[in-house]
Amino acid sequence: MNIPCILTWIVFAPIIGMVAMALVPGERGNRWARWISLITAFVVFVLSTILLVNYYALAPELRGGFIGIKGVAFPDGAQSLYEQRVAWIGEYNIWYHVGVDGLGVLMLFLTGLLSLLAVFPAWNIAKAPRGYHMMYMLLITGMMGVFVALDLFLFYVFWEVMLLPMYFLIGIWGGPRKEYAAIKFFLYTFAGSVLMLLAIIVLYMKYHTFSIPELIAIAPFSDSLLTAHLLFWGFFIAFAIKVPMFPFHTWLPDAHVEAPTAISVILAGVLLKLGAYGILRVNFPMFPISTQTFIGIIALLGVISAIYGAMVAMAQTDFKKLVAYSSVSHMGLVMLGMAALNAEGLNGAVFQMFNHGISASMMFMIVGVVYERAHHREIARFGGIGLQMPRYLTLAIVAFFASLGLPGLCSFISEVMVFLGAFKSQSTAAVPQAFGWTFNMSYLTMAAAFALILGAAYLLYTMQRVYLGKLKPEYADFKDLNRLEYLQLVPLAVLALVLGIFPNLALNVFNGAMGSLLTLFPATGAATTANGVAAALAASAPAMGM
Amino acid sequence: MIDWKIAILVPILPALGFFIMLFFGGRMPRKGDWFATGIMGATLALSLSIFVHLFKQNSAYATILESTPWFNAAPGRPFLAGILVDNLSALMIVMISTISFLVHLFSIGYMHGDVRYHRFFTVLQLFTAAMLALVLADNFLTLYVAWEIMGLCSYLLIGHYFDKQSAANASLKAFMTTRIGDVLMFVGILIIFTQTGSFRFENVFSAVAAGTFTGNWQMWAGLLLFGGAMGKSAQFPLHIWLPDAMEGPTPVSALIHAATMVAAGVFLMARSYPMLTPEVFLVMAYVGGFTAIFAATIGIVMDDIKKVLAYSTISQLGYMMLGLGVGGFIFSGYTSGVYHLITHAFFKACLFLGSGSVIHAVHSQSMSQMGGLRRKLPITFATFIIATLALTGLPPFSGFFTKDSIIAGSIQLSGQNSAHILLPIFSVAAAALTSFYMFRLIILTFFGTPRDEAKYAHAHESPWTMALPLMILTALSIWPMGGHHDWFWFRNPVPLRSEVVSRYTPEGSILAVAHDKEQKAVFVETPQESHEHPEAASPRGLITAMKVVPIHEPEEEHAHHLAVIFSLCAFFLGLGGAYLTYSARKISAEAMARRFRPVYVLLLNKYYVDEFFQIAVIRPLMRLCGLAAWLDRWVVDGAVNATGRVTKVLSYIAGQFDRIIVDGAVNGVANSVAGVGRNLSRLQTGRVGNYLVFILAGVVFLGGFMFWMAVK
Repeated sequence: MNIPCILTWIVFAPIIGMVAMALVPGERGNRWARWISLITAFVVFVLSTILLVNYYALAPELRGGFIGIKGVAFPDGAQSLYEQRVAWIGEYNIWYHVGVDGLGVLMLFLTGLLSLLAVFPAWNIAKAPRGYHMMYMLLITGMMGVFVALDLFLFYVFWEVMLLPMYFLIGIWGGPRKEYAAIKFFLYTFAGSVLMLLAIIVLYMKYHTFSIPELIAIAPFSDSLLTAHLLFWGFFIAFAIKVPMFPFHTWLPDAHVEAPTAISVILAGVLLKLGAYGILRVNFPMFPISTQTFIGIIALLGVISAIYGAMVAMAQTDFKKLVAYSSVSHMGLVMLGMAALNAEGLNGAVFQMFNHGISASMMFMIVGVVYERAHHREIARFGGIGLQMPRYLTLAIVAFFASLGLPGLCSFISEVMVFLGAFKSQSTAAVPQAFGWTFNMSYLTMAAAFALILGAAYLLYTMQRVYLGKLKPEYADFKDLNRLEYLQLVPLAVLALVLGIFPNLALNVFNGAMGSLLTLFPATGAATTANGVAAALAASAPAMGM
Repeated sequence: MIDWKIAILVPILPALGFFIMLFFGGRMPRKGDWFATGIMGATLALSLSIFVHLFKQNSAYATILESTPWFNAAPGRPFLAGILVDNLSALMIVMISTISFLVHLFSIGYMHGDVRYHRFFTVLQLFTAAMLALVLADNFLTLYVAWEIMGLCSYLLIGHYFDKQSAANASLKAFMTTRIGDVLMFVGILIIFTQTGSFRFENVFSAVAAGTFTGNWQMWAGLLLFGGAMGKSAQFPLHIWLPDAMEGPTPVSALIHAATMVAAGVFLMARSYPMLTPEVFLVMAYVGGFTAIFAATIGIVMDDIKKVLAYSTISQLGYMMLGLGVGGFIFSGYTSGVYHLITHAFFKACLFLGSGSVIHAVHSQSMSQMGGLRRKLPITFATFIIATLALTGLPPFSGFFTKDSIIAGSIQLSGQNSAHILLPIFSVAAAALTSFYMFRLIILTFFGTPRDEAKYAHAHESPWTMALPLMILTALSIWPMGGHHDWFWFRNPVPLRSEVVSRYTPEGSILAVAHDKEQKAVFVETPQESHEHPEAASPRGLITAMKVVPIHEPEEEHAHHLAVIFSLCAFFLGLGGAYLTYSARKISAEAMARRFRPVYVLLLNKYYVDEFFQIAVIRPLMRLCGLAAWLDRWVVDGAVNATGRVTKVLSYIAGQFDRIIVDGAVNGVANSVAGVGRNLSRLQTGRVGNYLVFILAGVVFLGGFMFWMAVK
C-alpha cells in the first residue's frame, strides 16, 4: 500500500488531532480528548507500520542507502526514500524537505509504537486532560518531524517544537518539583540547541544551503579542519545533551522523576534516541574527519557514561531515578558502539537504541504501575509485592532482564554487537594521542564490561527489595494489573522476546544504510584484526559465516 | 536416519514445552506436571536414539554439524547458530535428559501442593531446554546464550520461595556471583572473535591448529573462559553462591546445582580444550585441586544435610577441573574429567533426591533432628548408601573408576615434575575427607537413635514417583562406566584427548578419527617450547619439564596402581573415622571441636570467604557507588545549578542596572537565560486554558507564516 506524502501525514496527523480536541467545546472536550488522542496515535502508529512494511517490500539493494552518502542510490534518483521536497522560504533556500532511510524508518516505527502505548498510562489523568493530550499531540509531531527532516532549518524547527510541549508536560502534569525539573530540562536542551543553531548558521553562511544531503555531499570545511571541528562539537554537544552523555546528563533524572509515567516513557523511549540519531544523521556523515579525530573521546565518554550511570543507579533510593540512571548507562553503550566505526558496532548501536526504547519504556511503565498504587517510589519501603501481584511480577521480570541484557531478549544481541564492534575497533583519538596517551579500544571495552556486572547488580538488587521477600502489610490490598496496564506492557514484552530470538527483523531494516555510512570511514571500517592471517580468515567469513 | 533434524528437536521440544506451559499450563489438568514430564520423556527418547546412532557403529564417529544464519552483523555477513553433536555432546544430552526426566517425575511427588507448582515446572522446562542447547551449541555465542538463560532459571528456581528473605538473598547472590564469571567469559569470547573472526568452535580450533590464534591472546581467552567456568561450576573463590543456592527446592538442587548447570563450566572447558594453553591447564588443575580439598573440609562440619551435599558438589567439581587441567599434560586426564562429570551427575542427583526424600519425610534439613531413619525409609536408605559408595569411590561403583583415574593423573603429573606434588596430595586428602563427611551424614541421618521423636514418628516412605527415580539413578551409579573399555556393544562414548585435539587439523576439516591405540600414540603432543628463560620458574618453565605420555605406558600403569591403593586407603580412613566418631563414639566430636576450636570455628564459618567478599568487594563497591551518586548530585549537577544561579544573579544585576541607571525597560533581562525562565514562570499561571491559547496561537501563527512564505 503506497500512501502519497506518507511522511507528512505521519508528522502532521497529530496536529489534526490537536485541532480536533480544541474544537470540541467545554467539558465534553475533556472527556473526548483521550479518545481523540488514542485514535490519532493509533493512526500514526498504523502509518509508521505501513511505512515499515513498504520499506521491507523494497528490493534489498534499494534499502542500502544512507541519506547524503554516495554509493547506494535511492530509487528514482531521489535523495532519500518517500521523499517530499517543497520550497518553503525561497529567498533563504529553505525547503520543506522530508525523507527517510533505513535508520529513519526504524526510528519512526519506534516513535509510532511508543506514542500509541504511552497513551494508556495517561488514560485516567485527572488534571485538564484536554490540555495534556493537545500537548502530547504536539510532542509527537515534533519528534516525528526531527526523524524525517532533511533540511537543517526544518530539523531545528522540529527540534524546538518538541521542546515546548515537553516543558509544559513536565511542568504542569509533573510531580512535586516539576517547575525546577521543567525549567532545567528546557534550559539545558535549549543551551545545546543554541550551539546547534550557531553551527547551522555558519554552514549556511558558507554554503547557502540548509539541505542535509547536499551538505554531506559537499563535506563542509574539509579544507579548514578547525572550523569543521568546531562545527562538529557544536552539533555534538547539542546531541550529547539529549543522549544524555556524561557530564551532560543531570537534567535527565530530574525530568524523569518529576514527569508523569507516560512522559517518562516518551522521554526515555524516543527523546534520548533523538540525540543519538542526530549524531548519526549529521555529525558522522557531515564531518567524517572530525569524527575520526574525536572518536576516542566519544568512546571514552560513552564508557564513562555506561559505568558511571550504573554506579550512580546503584546508589539510588528512588525507583524511578534508578531507572533514569540506567538509561544513562545504556545510552553510554550506544555511544561506545557508534565510536567503534565498524559494522558490528554501528549496527549494534542503532539496535541498542531501539532495544533501549523497548526496555526502558517497559521499566518506566513498571515503575508507574507500582507508583499508582503505593503513591511513593522509595525502594526501601517496598517489599514482597511480587507475592501480591504475580502477573505484574512476571512482566517485571521480563522488563528487568531485558534491561540487563539477558539472551533471548532483545538487548542482548545489541550489546553483543556493540562490544564486539568496539573490541575489535581500530579507532583512536588524535587529541589524547597528542597528550601522550592513546586509547586502546579493546581495553576500553573490557572496562565497559564492568557496566554489565553493575547493571545486573542494581537491577536485581532492586527486584529483590521491591518484589521479593515478605509482603509488607500495607501492600496487601494491591490489585494485580488491570487491562490498561496489560495493554502497555504486553506488546513491549512480546516485542522484546521476538527481537531477542529473531534480531534480523530489526537489523535488516538499517544495516544496509549503516554499511553505506561506513564507506566514509574506510580505514577503520575494513580492518578486522591486527593479525594478518586472522584477518584473512575473517575476510572469508562471509562464505563460512561467523 | 538420525540427522540434525532430530538433534535440533532435543532442545526445541522442552523450549516448546516451556512456552506451552507458560501460557496454558495453569489451565491444564494438574497444572501440566505430567505434560512437562511427558515432554522430558520424549526428549530422553530422542537423546537416546541419537546416542545409539552415534555409538553403535564400530568405525568412525559420526558427527552432526549443521548451522543456519541467525542475525546479520552487516548485510550478507551473518552470525551462525547451529548444533554440533559429537561424542561429548551426545553423552551430555543423554545425561541431562535422563536426570531432568527423573527430576520432573520426582517433583510431582515432592512439590505436591506447592503454591507455585505450575511456575516450578515451567521454569524447569526452560532450564532443560537451555542446558541441552548449551551442550549442542556449535559456537561460543549460542553457548553463551544458553549459559545465561540457565543463569536466569537458576535465579528463578533458587528464589522459588521468594517470600522467604533468605531465598531472595540466595537467588541474588547466585546470579551476581556467576555474573562476574559470565562477564569474564564474555570478554574471553570477544577476544576469540576478534582474533579468529568467528564464534564457531570449528573455525576457532582450526585457527589454533593453524597457528593464527596464538600467544597471549590465546592464553587470556582461555583464562577468561575459565573465569566463566569458575563462576558456573563454583570453583574457589566464586563457589560462595552454591551452598546458599540450597534455598531452592531439593529437586532443583539435584538437577541444576548438582548434576547439570554446575557441570556446564566443566563442559565449557572440555569443549574448548583444543584452544587452551598450558598456563590455562595449570591454573585449572590448581584451582580445581584446591577447590576439591577446600570444600571437603567445610563439608565435615555442616549440620544441614543439603549443605553437606552442596560442599561435596563443589569438591567434586574441583576434581573434574583437576582432571581436565591435568589432561593438558597427561593423556588420560581429559577422559577422566569428562567421565567424572557424567558419573557424578547420576550419583549426586541420586543423593540430592534421596535427601529430598528424607526432608519430605521429616520436614527438616537439620541432621540434628534426624537419626535412625533407615527403618522408616528403607528405599531411600538403600539407594542413598549405594550412591554414597559411588561418590566415595568404592569399586565397582562408578565413582571409583573416574575418581581413581583423576588421582592417577595427578600422581603421574607429579611423577614427571615433582613441583606438582601438591596436586596428588590435594586429591587423595579430599577423597579421605569425602568418605568421612559422607559416612558422617549417613550415620547421623539413618543410623543411631532418633534425635527428634516427633519428627521420627511422622516420617514415612515417599510415593512411587519419588522412589522410582531414586532406584533408576542408583542403577546408573552401579554401572561400571570407568576405564577406557567399550560398553558391551557400544563404543566407549567418552572422547579421548587425542580425538578432541586432533580433529581440528590445519586443514580445518573435522576428521573421523579411528578409535585404536596406535592413534592415541600418534597424537601425543610435543613439549611446549619455552620462549626466553627456560630455567625461570614461570608457568612455562614448569611446563617444559613435562611431556605428554601415551596411554598404557608403564608410567601410567604404575600411577594407576598407586592411585587405587591411595584412594582405597582414603576411603577406609574416612569410613573408619566417621564410624569411630559418630557411631561407635570412640572419638568425641565435641571434644575434638573444643580441642581444635580455632579450626572448628574457621570451618564452621566457611573460612570467612563470604565475609571477605562483603568487606573487600561489596562494601567498597557500594561506597564507591554512593560516592559517585554524591559527586553526581553536588559536583556534576552542582555545576549546572551553580551556572543557573550565577546567571540569575548576573541578570538581576543587569536588570537593576537597566532599571535604575539606564532607566530602561526590564525587558532586556529576558535576553539572559534566567530571564527566559522567569518570564516563562510568569506565564505559568496554572490555568491550562491560558497555555492552550498560547500554543494554539503559536501553531496558527506558524502555519500561517509557512503558508504565506510558501505562497510568496
